[in-house]
Amino acid sequence: MEKEHLYQYIVGIADNNLVLGQRLGELCGHGPSLETDIALTNIALDLFGQTRSYYQYAAQLSAQHQTEDDVAFLRKEREYRNVLLVEQPNTHFGHVIARQFLFDVFHYLFLEQLLHSKDDTLAAIAAKAIKEVSYHKRFSSDWVKRLGDGTEESHQKMQEGISNLWRYTNELFEMTAYENEAVKAGIGIALSELKQNYYKEVNHILEEATLSVPESPYFQKGGKEGIHTEHMGYLLADLQYMQRTYPNMNW
Amino acid sequence: MTASLEPNIQPDLIETLNTVSDPEIPVLTVLDLGVIREAVEQEGKVLIKLTPTYSGCPAMDVISDDLKAAFAKKGKSVEVSLVLSPAWTTDWMSEEGMQKMEAYGIAPPLEATADKDALLGNSKLVKCTQCGSTNTRLVSQFGSTACKALFQCEDCGEPFDYFKCLK
Repeated sequence: MEKEHLYQYIVGIADNNLVLGQRLGELCGHGPSLETDIALTNIALDLFGQTRSYYQYAAQLSAQHQTEDDVAFLRKEREYRNVLLVEQPNTHFGHVIARQFLFDVFHYLFLEQLLHSKDDTLAAIAAKAIKEVSYHKRFSSDWVKRLGDGTEESHQKMQEGISNLWRYTNELFEMTAYENEAVKAGIGIALSELKQNYYKEVNHILEEATLSVPESPYFQKGGKEGIHTEHMGYLLADLQYMQRTYPNMNW
Repeated sequence: MTASLEPNIQPDLIETLNTVSDPEIPVLTVLDLGVIREAVEQEGKVLIKLTPTYSGCPAMDVISDDLKAAFAKKGKSVEVSLVLSPAWTTDWMSEEGMQKMEAYGIAPPLEATADKDALLGNSKLVKCTQCGSTNTRLVSQFGSTACKALFQCEDCGEPFDYFKCLK
């Protein structure tokens, strides 16, 4: 596989982590309780750690002598390849948990396969990350059940989160040109093969949480091709502020 | 299995390595934690392979700097590289480390099945570090750092951290 294309493939994986981590980071000091606040920011920290490993690897492959910070902070909106799901705003806790849950189930299934990638670095990152993500999935699934099977209000808000974000789930399994190429090279994951298990697992937990599985007549996509929802620009303005204002600053 | 791989540590470097501790849990040295996978001296330079406990663990940068400082005192320069594979597991923590951790007020990791039961709230297995009772309750799966969960003792009321099992 060509270096440039492998670079694109890795960045595509990493951007999901970066953007979701940024969303969770926004909650620092604003969580509904001290414990959930700490949990969500700990999850963000795991995601950023994994992202760094991916970006460091991508930076090594880049022709322009990039650093991990260049990759993370200095691209334009259209160059970010994350799925639309992870950039959706925090709105209320039901949304936060729904977004996390819908991503975690996918993330775990994805890493389970990436473990077997022919690319040793990606396989090593996956082996490390999957241990962390198993805790994320447990946390978000527990909250889906607790809120869904909780009070009338918590049930209603949890259902609202799931229903509003459902339209973004299908994009998780969309394949880009780079991904198809990576699959052929034995490096990447055929996402469509994860789809059945994904919905099976998600539906099972929703059922246990007494929530209904939304019947979405249409699904939205575009993030993986760089076409984002309106929320992305605001998120990047926050994320990139320091690097844009004080170029090349570091710790 | 790779998880039981013994680290390759040159015996005469152990003394200095033991002076470097985890900034979050200062009673544990880097050797207690099992994060040093290799330490060898080659042509006057100490080469160290360090593995992170969790991907985003901020302690890794500090540990890396502390290692350099510790060996600088002995007039040796150090090169630290981060290795991800095989991934760190709580099995690599030393028995002595587990005891020191408990004395410090953090409940050490249980074995994998028991850990899962405890974190799902199915059974009471985590021992209170204050009074020793196992009548404890999970408060949050994430504690003060990503590697710990928060528990509370139902008998003496003490809130405490439990170091999660990572396999």
